[in-house]
Amino acid sequence: MGDIDFQAMEFAYEKHADQEASELARHRVVIVGAGPVGLTTALDLARQGVRVVLLDDDYRLSTGSRAICFSKRTLEIWDRLGVGQRMMDKGVSWNVGKVFFREQEVWRFDLLPEPGHRRPAFINLQQYYAEGYLYEQASQEPNIELRWKNKVVAVEHGEDGVTLSVETPDGAYRLHADWLVACDGARSPVRKLIGQESHGRIFRDRFLIADVKMQADFPTERWFWFDPPFHPNQSVLLHRQPDNVWRIDFQLGWNADPVEAVKPENVLPRIRALLGPDTGFELEWVSVYTFACERMDKFRHGRIVFAGDSAHRVSPFGARGANSGVQDAENLAWKLKLVLAGRAPETLIDSYAVEREYAADENILNSSRATDFITPKSDVSRSFRNAVLNLAKTHPFARSLVNSGRLSLPATYAGSPLNTPDADAFSGRMVPGAVALDAPVESRGAPDWWLGQLDGEFVLALFCGDALPGRDTLQALQALRLAPVPVKAVLVAGPQCDLSALPGELPAVIDREGCLGQRYDAQPGTAYLIRPDQHIAARWRAFDAAAVAAAVNRATGRA
Amino acid sequence: MLITETNLPAPDDFYEALIDTHRDLSNEQSQELNAALILLLANHLGEMAVLREALQHARASVAP
Repeated sequence: MGDIDFQAMEFAYEKHADQEASELARHRVVIVGAGPVGLTTALDLARQGVRVVLLDDDYRLSTGSRAICFSKRTLEIWDRLGVGQRMMDKGVSWNVGKVFFREQEVWRFDLLPEPGHRRPAFINLQQYYAEGYLYEQASQEPNIELRWKNKVVAVEHGEDGVTLSVETPDGAYRLHADWLVACDGARSPVRKLIGQESHGRIFRDRFLIADVKMQADFPTERWFWFDPPFHPNQSVLLHRQPDNVWRIDFQLGWNADPVEAVKPENVLPRIRALLGPDTGFELEWVSVYTFACERMDKFRHGRIVFAGDSAHRVSPFGARGANSGVQDAENLAWKLKLVLAGRAPETLIDSYAVEREYAADENILNSSRATDFITPKSDVSRSFRNAVLNLAKTHPFARSLVNSGRLSLPATYAGSPLNTPDADAFSGRMVPGAVALDAPVESRGAPDWWLGQLDGEFVLALFCGDALPGRDTLQALQALRLAPVPVKAVLVAGPQCDLSALPGELPAVIDREGCLGQRYDAQPGTAYLIRPDQHIAARWRAFDAAAVAAAVNRATGRA
Repeated sequence: MLITETNLPAPDDFYEALIDTHRDLSNEQSQELNAALILLLANHLGEMAVLREALQHARASVAP
């Protein structure tokens, strides 16, 4: 079967009964913007049983490849939503990046140097495929109602939600949302409608994106050139995408004319200079971009929540834009679900703002630093940059200073109010607030992945070593399911453990290689409480049902 | 704590070596050499508190 041409797809506007209803139609959640962030939010909520209305002012998916680098964390989130494998199957996986200075390679880095993870550091995939697969998943989801050519033109904020005015080809109508999630992009109309703006830095530089179709033998790696002979004094980035398409970003400088720069007679010589005169290629897409690092002061405004580019923007070096937006979606979905179900107070949504504003600051910091390295703002800054690159060839310390983009990693919410601070001694990376690391496990006799067990609810993982816990503990683990906020207990057993005596309802995995236990610094008795978004909420050296209940209360804003 | 009392056993030898290192370089190369030298020494020191002190003293020497 051939690939679907998602860029050419047009979605029909359909009139909805809400538009003619005599009474104001009321919905629990309305999402504005059917991009990667809006679609991910919708899918996550829908899978948790929340009905959502997704409005989009257009009738098409992304034009042009745009965000092409989707991170390991994004894939893990999409795995949970059932669409990760499809992205993997089409995407081009990569872990290795190379940095060149003038004529020489100065550094090679591997973003995922250890085995035992289901997903690679990154896949490259045109945004229209990512959106297309998310759209297809969403269109099969009965809890999602997509309305194309529905443009929000006014919002009225009340105590119990938001009333929207929406324009359609059939005229305007109004609807009420208990919660409004604005995933409507960097120029967010919803943000403007409530009189808010983003603040930050605009960078005075221009970059040319050229997507080129060709048969080429570059390896599947991220290549970054500083001051190469074929594009002197500027930088160039090369990435492979599916369908033999290659993304080339040329730094142009602030004085470049964006209209002239995209003309084929100006683009083609730049590409020929990189590829040499003998490589045949076709231009797929050309665009010039500038960028800013900025965010809204607050991501929550009453019952309106901002996610993705509407809330924060970064420079593209580091792939922190779409990836952080997908993490926003995941952070928000489970919290909204609990609040709507009456299982958590509305203030839980404040923790979305706290955690994701923190993550946005981290992303903005990383991407601003990369931009300052790539685009030095002064002669002395350029001298230091060049000195780092000169030293990097032979001096390992300098490689840690080379910054062609610090590639997207999920934030650890170290100071989050939802965390239960450690009372017991632990080492390693799995601190409260961190994203749970993956590892290979065995489930029901077959090889599986740890993150596959963490499927959208709270999980209590109990490492039991080679001996099953006693009957009382097993009963207490099973009882966690019946709590107001249910917790799924998963037993992590050693390879010698006899699971035949285990009650059938209690999920268990075998840590055959000991990889999971090692990554979680686990000993027999160690227990982890993991949030629905796969972040660590709490951990202990021994299971205690009361401590788990208290940590769940804390992680749901009830303590 | 940054040492600001004399710590070089032979200050004139160091100063001569420093200037000699730049011999026959263009201004641009010299700038990059200086930057490389700072980076090498900073990494060798490895103490952020001492480095911050040095950065402050250096800045104060030109823009009090």
